[in-house]
Amino acid sequence: MALKALKSQLKAVLESLYTEGVLDHQFDQLQALQDANNPGFVVEVVTLFYEDTEKTLRELTKYLEQPIADNQRVDSYVHQLKGSSSSIGAQQIKLACIDFHQACLDNNKDGPLIKLSMNSIIYKANSRLLFSWRKESLLMIPNNSDDY
Amino acid sequence: MGMAAEAQFHVLAVDDSLIDRKLIERLLKTSSYQVTTVDSGSKALEFLGLREDDQTDPNPPSVSSNHHEMEVNLIITDYCMPGMTGYDLLKKIKESSSLKDIPVVIMSSENVPSRISRCLEEGAEEFFLKPVQLSDVNRLRPHLLKGKLKEQQEQLQIEQLLPLPPPPPPAVQQQQLQPQPPSNKRKAIEEGLSPERRRPRYSGLAMV
Repeated sequence: MALKALKSQLKAVLESLYTEGVLDHQFDQLQALQDANNPGFVVEVVTLFYEDTEKTLRELTKYLEQPIADNQRVDSYVHQLKGSSSSIGAQQIKLACIDFHQACLDNNKDGPLIKLSMNSIIYKANSRLLFSWRKESLLMIPNNSDDY
Repeated sequence: MGMAAEAQFHVLAVDDSLIDRKLIERLLKTSSYQVTTVDSGSKALEFLGLREDDQTDPNPPSVSSNHHEMEVNLIITDYCMPGMTGYDLLKKIKESSSLKDIPVVIMSSENVPSRISRCLEEGAEEFFLKPVQLSDVNRLRPHLLKGKLKEQQEQLQIEQLLPLPPPPPPAVQQQQLQPQPPSNKRKAIEEGLSPERRRPRYSGLAMV
């Protein structure tokens, strides 16, 4: 009974993430790849994404704190983040990365700083939502007592 | 359920991103392929037994006794990688006499037409846009089957080159319907000629 309630709650959270554009269709694909033989696949990938993203943001912050930001270097980190966010369906982050890259191309000195702070905000917001999803999803791992 | 005796196709996936490696591995395993993942072009070449200087490594990581199990049927690689790009890797593979027949597929997060055509011209079988989908992975099968078929044909050709008993002379062709033991080739020739000899007599009688 409790599990069913949690499952519908999880479903509602996911639906709102899709509606808000935080997640896109690619996240469906991840879920489709998870099955009884690989119950932890989505959690594993999302966890990796978090670790990856935190590392990237630390690097970005470090470089931006320097008096003259090395836009090239920063752009390559953001490029990596764009790739990983695209792979898991974290649409909002992906779009923020695309904007950032465009700002770097436009050689807008203040642009990247603004964009980065936006990135951080978006990431934090996402991590709160995704994290709550993650906890719920752990309960989705099939077990014998699934039908109550 | 017993273990399947048939060999699975083995795919080597190359990508510097850990997340993308996990994803492609899952996609390939879902399609029942055996998968090995590496994080760089140079590691891929090492795995394939090719050293950086293009010499085939006499002692590749896959030891000769296991070579059959380690055989790679397809290589799928990311384009954008630090150091050796997917394009560089593709070139090295196509330049290698031992590896050039392995089908190569390129993946990229960017849709750059010139990049795509350059890869295809260099010999890549397909170019997938990331994130790679299951429908993309389904497109790999014909390339793998073609490779297997080519391998089988080559094997047949090798077998045909092995010494066989010489083919019988044309006169005995009519008698070939019955299996003839090789040691009685001479006898077969004689038997084959006898009906030929008999025919003129019959036709002679008919004319009477």
